[in-house]
Amino acid sequence: MSAQSPSLDGEWLDESATRQRLEKTWDDAPGLWGALTTLDHKRVGLRYIVTAFGFFGLAGVAAFVMRLQLAHAENDLVGPDLYNQLFTMHGSTMMFLFAVPIMQAVGIYFVPLMVGTRAISFPRLLAFSYWIYLFGGLLLWTAFFLNIGPDAGWFAYVPLSGPQYSPGKRVDIWAQMITYTELSSIAVAVSTIATIFKQRAPGMALNRVPLFVWAILVMSFMVLFAMPSVMIGSSFLIMDRLVGTHFFNPAEGGDALLWQHLFWFFGHPEVYIIFIPALGMVSSIVQTFSRRPVFGYPLMVLSLIATSLFAFGLWVHHMFATGLPRLGNSFYTAASMVIAIPTGIQIFGWIATVWLGKPRFTTPFLFIIGFIVVFVIGGLTGVMLASVPLDLQVHDTYFVVAHFHYVLIGGGVFPLLGAVYYWFPKITGRLLDERLGKLNFWLFFIGFNVTFFPMHYLGLAGMPRRVYTYSSGLGWDGLNLLATGGAVLIAISLLLLAFNIVRSLRSGAAAGANPWDADTLEWATSSPPLSFNFTHIPLVTGSHPLWDSERLHVMRGLRLDERELVLTTVLDAQPDLREPSVPPSIWPFLAAIAVGTMFVTSIFSPWAVIVGAIPIAITLTAWFWPKSAAEEEIEQ
Amino acid sequence: MSARDLDERPLQFMGDLSHLEDHGHSHRSLTWWGMMGLICVEATALGLAVVAYLYLSTHEQQWPPAYLLPDPGWGTAFTVIVLLSFVPNMLLDKRAQQEKLGPVRLWIVVMTVIGFILVVIRYFEFRSMHVAWSDSAYGSAVIVLLGLHTVHLVTDLYDSIVLVVLMFTRHGDTGRRYVDVAENAIYWNFVIYVWVPIYVVLYFVPRWL
Amino acid sequence: MHSVLQALGVHAQHIELVWHTMLWVCGFMYLLVIAFLIHAIWRRRGDSDAEAPRRMSVALAGWIGLMVLGLFGLTLTSFLTDRALVHAASEPQVTLKITGYQWWWEIEYTNPDPSRQVRTANEIHLPVGAQVLAELGSNDVIHSLWVPSLNGKRDLIPGRPTEISLQPLRIGRYRGQCAEFCGLQHAKMALEVVVESQQDYDAWYERQLAAAPPASEARAARGQQVFFNTACNLCHAIAGTDAAATVGPDLSHVASRRMLAAGALPNDPEHLRRWLQNPQREKPGNHMPIVSLGRDDLDALIAYLGTLQ
Repeated sequence: MSAQSPSLDGEWLDESATRQRLEKTWDDAPGLWGALTTLDHKRVGLRYIVTAFGFFGLAGVAAFVMRLQLAHAENDLVGPDLYNQLFTMHGSTMMFLFAVPIMQAVGIYFVPLMVGTRAISFPRLLAFSYWIYLFGGLLLWTAFFLNIGPDAGWFAYVPLSGPQYSPGKRVDIWAQMITYTELSSIAVAVSTIATIFKQRAPGMALNRVPLFVWAILVMSFMVLFAMPSVMIGSSFLIMDRLVGTHFFNPAEGGDALLWQHLFWFFGHPEVYIIFIPALGMVSSIVQTFSRRPVFGYPLMVLSLIATSLFAFGLWVHHMFATGLPRLGNSFYTAASMVIAIPTGIQIFGWIATVWLGKPRFTTPFLFIIGFIVVFVIGGLTGVMLASVPLDLQVHDTYFVVAHFHYVLIGGGVFPLLGAVYYWFPKITGRLLDERLGKLNFWLFFIGFNVTFFPMHYLGLAGMPRRVYTYSSGLGWDGLNLLATGGAVLIAISLLLLAFNIVRSLRSGAAAGANPWDADTLEWATSSPPLSFNFTHIPLVTGSHPLWDSERLHVMRGLRLDERELVLTTVLDAQPDLREPSVPPSIWPFLAAIAVGTMFVTSIFSPWAVIVGAIPIAITLTAWFWPKSAAEEEIEQ
Repeated sequence: MSARDLDERPLQFMGDLSHLEDHGHSHRSLTWWGMMGLICVEATALGLAVVAYLYLSTHEQQWPPAYLLPDPGWGTAFTVIVLLSFVPNMLLDKRAQQEKLGPVRLWIVVMTVIGFILVVIRYFEFRSMHVAWSDSAYGSAVIVLLGLHTVHLVTDLYDSIVLVVLMFTRHGDTGRRYVDVAENAIYWNFVIYVWVPIYVVLYFVPRWL
Repeated sequence: MHSVLQALGVHAQHIELVWHTMLWVCGFMYLLVIAFLIHAIWRRRGDSDAEAPRRMSVALAGWIGLMVLGLFGLTLTSFLTDRALVHAASEPQVTLKITGYQWWWEIEYTNPDPSRQVRTANEIHLPVGAQVLAELGSNDVIHSLWVPSLNGKRDLIPGRPTEISLQPLRIGRYRGQCAEFCGLQHAKMALEVVVESQQDYDAWYERQLAAAPPASEARAARGQQVFFNTACNLCHAIAGTDAAATVGPDLSHVASRRMLAAGALPNDPEHLRRWLQNPQREKPGNHMPIVSLGRDDLDALIAYLGTLQ
């Protein structure tokens, strides 16, 4: 094809004409059909975000009910059965249906924008992953509302979760929910990795990749290697329960600790899978509001990678109390201590960035300061837990509850809420209210600390986790009441956030393309972005495209009448191929229904796995079947 | 002001992409990266299943506990054929990268036939393990390990059949179809590679212990 | 007593030292971070200083050095304490076997002489200062034994024997509780460790060895009949009678124990009555069925159980 062809983008065409033609190529069909067939990473990503926040709300309500129950000794608001379901639902939902999906979702939405491409890799796989995730979450919560919610904890230790001590369908539902969500999580990771490696805008060499994108890349790799462990574990569990295998049955040569190894080999990296993308958000926000590049970029990247590697070497510190050999335990102590170093380096890096820059105290930035103040406490109590002797005292107590809420809320939710305020204008085109935002921050910050700080002491004072009630006179009453009071503040602050969002959607101030004067490419396009993200593929000539130049450097020559992407080389991002991107399709949705049906029915009969394979094969074949007309035209 | 406020940043065109090819093989293609991701996941899963097998074996005085050793006949036949299939598979991969229709058609059919033979052998292999999954943890580990590999085998066989159909239709002689065939060949290599450690674990570990 | 910070056992005291070391070192590091943060936010900003990034790199090197040093110190403290804990109970004077049940503790005092073995539930008596070694096992799911004032916790795992050692240093009652989620009534699975003088301990031990006294008084004799007629004996044992089942706690000396139902209720006639009337109200989901008894039968049974000192 010659240059200046009217089917290619370039300076020969008027910008609005270019956009119109791209819209025709990239926009979804209107209405329900469009919604079911869409492959737009922004629509799917936003769906993930909204769904994950929905589950966050449900799990939050579960937590709130638990706090009410624990407000005073021997309370009878909820009984042991409901309480055990509540904490199982809370933990499982927060970990599997909120924390991991929301972090991946922010990646789904922003990675293609930040690397300057038109679409995500394997968009049908992405669409499939969302439906699978949604079905898994709905299965779990439907079961709960039918009073068959799982009740063996989010960690489902055998033999308690085994066929003998958890008869009925409760744990089966839990195990299949795990399989669903891990499948979707792996699918997203594969899409994201390919996008980051192959679809970066020309010139965005690896040393120019934004730290957020690095974080998502590292997290995606962790997903690839951590999730199989829990999938193997949950498959063994469900086979033990449904078809009589004996993986975890000591009477027939099985071993209860095998489950714990498999679970924590996933479960510890899981924490970092949540935490590492949050670090990416922190870097984005710190950089923008300090108006300066993050201090020590190479060291920040290396720290992320080091953290992800160490994360796979310390799962046993969840199992110190099981009496494993002491020499091995010392190794895990050392590994758990060492992982503090890369995190400490990053904390230093952000504070140094603030020190060297000119900070602006907007709401996103406040949440980042809150993150440092809160998360560092969680990190330090993590160092304490790495010590075998001390861990034996505080393991499975409220000290640990305090610790991981400081890590997960401090290290995950604070940056996430900062990110909500930061990227809301990009997603909706409207700014959130700053005054409400600041009130939201302070209520959340105070409420969080009032709720969780006393739990450190409660744990040392002997209060174990997962108890539905406690006796009066053990010295736990007052602090429990205080913690419940803090939970009320947290609830108010989150309602305020919801109010702020609704209000801004109706009447928020228009944001413009780059309201914060940030440097990365997602701010180079309109708010909200168009279906094809960029009218022209950007050319990156430095680490901070929007700060380095007043002009936006772009490339010409992609097709307007077909969905087309540019693939670049992995290290230097040299332009390499023009890659067609598939058109919308209903098949990912149908395949998800086929897979979902197979999982659900397999709880009732193992034959469902065999029979259910047929519709899955059919839908997958249809999904991958070449759409010849469109595609072959490109070939010629 | 409309919500869709376009950035007013002035544009500067710096280069042209229209001369780029529209498909490439191996790590230049997206499919290859997707395949690698999948292989990472499945290799990890199989590795963990092997580790689970070995972990369980350390708890027993005797391994297999009170059951017959597996007969190595069918498993060894499987191993020999699967290793030999490396050659036609390599040829298929090479021809696909050269985008030669005739040889690709030939070798994809050969690979499909081999896959079919292997599935039949696998059926007899299951019977020669002399243990059911519900007998003991040993039985569970053996059957599941073999089962996991069989899932990969069957998946790839199905994929090959679909590709055979495609190669003999008008969809066949296109660059992207050759990329698909080549990626399928890579996946088959994976099925070969992972079988070797599983074979050793299933047939030799019980004899060594 | 039930607190990590009231360490009254040799092991717990070692661990308390680790806690204090951790608290001070980590507290210091935290204050450094916060001080740096506050300074970064509120420092006065003059013209841009070209030298600042370089000085910051030096500071980073210092910070990394400090972290390495601190973590090394903490790892060493932890490791040395762990070794000290191994050596802390090398020659046990009392050996026990503790078995976890949903949701109570069976306690057996092992002795080479079978006639001197004692079986009880939910209450451990120990002589002050003695080194104690307890073998741990579980009858059903995973439990975890934790007496915070004496030592850290150790899991009770079916199919995998574990052990824990204790050495209490002061006379008193110590509360312990199951620390691994074990099902419906995990919250009400407590136990008491009664640490007493050697004489008191010996006296207690001799009493435990004795069979239950014959139910001589009329009401108690009727209570004994109720015990056997209403199938209590299918789950519980009483030494010196035909009741020898081991499904539920051994009741041979139940009246000598301070608490009922694994710490759920105080052991007095009034609470015992409530417990017997409806164990599912006091501890929902526990494995003791509701046996409806007439008022007289209930009185008699309570009177009988009261004689099992």
